[in-house]
Amino acid sequence: MSPITNTPSRWQEIKVLLDFYPNRMKYAAIIKAQYRLSAFLWLIGLAIEPVIYLVVWTTVAKERGGVIGGYTAGGFAAYYIVWTIVRVMGIGLNPWVFEWRVRQGQWSPLILRPMHPIHDDFALLLGDKVMDIVWLIPVVSILINAFKPDLNPTWWQGLAFVVACLLGFIARTVWMWVLGLITFWTVRVAAIFDLYFAVELLLSGRVVPLDLLPTWARDMANWLPYQWTFGFPIEVMIGRLSPTVTLQGIGIQLSWIVVGWIIMQWLWRRGVRRYSAVGA
Amino acid sequence: MKSYLRLVWVFLRVGVLNEIQYRVNFFVQILQTLIALATGLVVLSLVFEYADSLNGWSQPELLVVMGVHFLIGGVVKMFIQPNMMRLMDEIGQGTLDYTLTKPENAQLLVSVRELQFWQIVDVLTGLVVLGWGLVSLQASMTAVNMASFLLMLFLGITLMYSFWLMIATVTFWVIRVGNIVLIWQSLYQAGRWPVSIYPGWLQLVLTFLVPVAFAVTIPAETFTGRSSLGLMGFAVGLTAVLFFIANRVWRWGLSNYSGASA
Repeated sequence: MSPITNTPSRWQEIKVLLDFYPNRMKYAAIIKAQYRLSAFLWLIGLAIEPVIYLVVWTTVAKERGGVIGGYTAGGFAAYYIVWTIVRVMGIGLNPWVFEWRVRQGQWSPLILRPMHPIHDDFALLLGDKVMDIVWLIPVVSILINAFKPDLNPTWWQGLAFVVACLLGFIARTVWMWVLGLITFWTVRVAAIFDLYFAVELLLSGRVVPLDLLPTWARDMANWLPYQWTFGFPIEVMIGRLSPTVTLQGIGIQLSWIVVGWIIMQWLWRRGVRRYSAVGA
Repeated sequence: MKSYLRLVWVFLRVGVLNEIQYRVNFFVQILQTLIALATGLVVLSLVFEYADSLNGWSQPELLVVMGVHFLIGGVVKMFIQPNMMRLMDEIGQGTLDYTLTKPENAQLLVSVRELQFWQIVDVLTGLVVLGWGLVSLQASMTAVNMASFLLMLFLGITLMYSFWLMIATVTFWVIRVGNIVLIWQSLYQAGRWPVSIYPGWLQLVLTFLVPVAFAVTIPAETFTGRSSLGLMGFAVGLTAVLFFIANRVWRWGLSNYSGASA
């Protein structure tokens, strides 16, 4: 029996994706490039948060004679300036988008596509980031001039940072999808998201570098995905990790991506079956 | 003046009645506030793991700062922000016409139409944290201190209102200002700590550009008895000037408004 529709082979699928990503990314970057003022204001707003933490921890370090948890004033400056880059690079989907997609029936056209819709999200977000890097240059330069960080990465640290950043972004987006897909079962998810982000705030290295946490909290952080999407790339870049630990970390990032991907696919298949668009 | 107050009262009542229909929102708000409170307390205790004071502020004093931060933030999110967001929307869409044709003071009308009542949870939490700070300070409040604290709170709220009105008015010229709201939110987060810990340029921004210093730090200083009469006098002056300027800018913007059909 010959199939009526031509099921694409694995190789054809990859070819389609290789064609799809650059084009979709270009599209997102061009759109983003149009709203320069708006993008720049957004970045400034974003850069205030690390400055607050930086100032608080530097002040605390001063009270203690200059060093806490192995961080000097320059070390904190390096941490929180790299923080800004990782924060922007790590922005995934905001889970409220999922709520909106379900409520407004926005899944309907996405489900009809032959490609998994997560690729569309990835491509659009990555395209945004191309422009974000451009806006980040002036912001980071200002921060470097204002706070004089202790930052001299070697070539392998720079390279590992790019990889860790990218993997962190992928892991975070996949897990956002896992979280977001809950909206297929219950639309009121604000509380779940809030809890997830509150834990992320404390255990990812966002408010405070992980080395300043009490031991039990650090142990907990090691078993959660958060630090692998945030604190880890930062620590790679500021040179706190040995090559072995860096490689291990990248391995852990990959495992979180694989685990997240499997859960995501499983939820997705069940969710789509449950889904009935508004009005359907 | 009396008719103004009556108008505000009516809008307030309608707003509250509208919002108490949505009881689930109340629980969501409680959860969000609890999370914010817990995060704040955890960070505060982490800081004091390592140091006994932060730039001369003790832990109970920083609790007071946190309390005022919750309180003022709650008031802004309850009354000021929703009204100004709606104003910005309506200017962008041209539907502000409906409000302008009403026979009342337009500035008053656009400032009282919306109310996010459940933000009251933040306000109450702020009060509890303040009380807790007061107890752990083991200080007694004199009537004068209390009165000047309340005055500073009132000035802080007025400053925040004037600032927001000016920002919203900018929409008359530049339609897209959504991200300014984001900047406000981040700068307001800076008020969680006394502004004196920040570098000079940021202190200037937090004092004059976005009056976080006068809205949070100075009331907290008054509460803990570290503010001076001169500073309080300055706060009165600054508030009066900014309130006046906001009103002028609003009128100027209004004269630039072309409406929906133009």
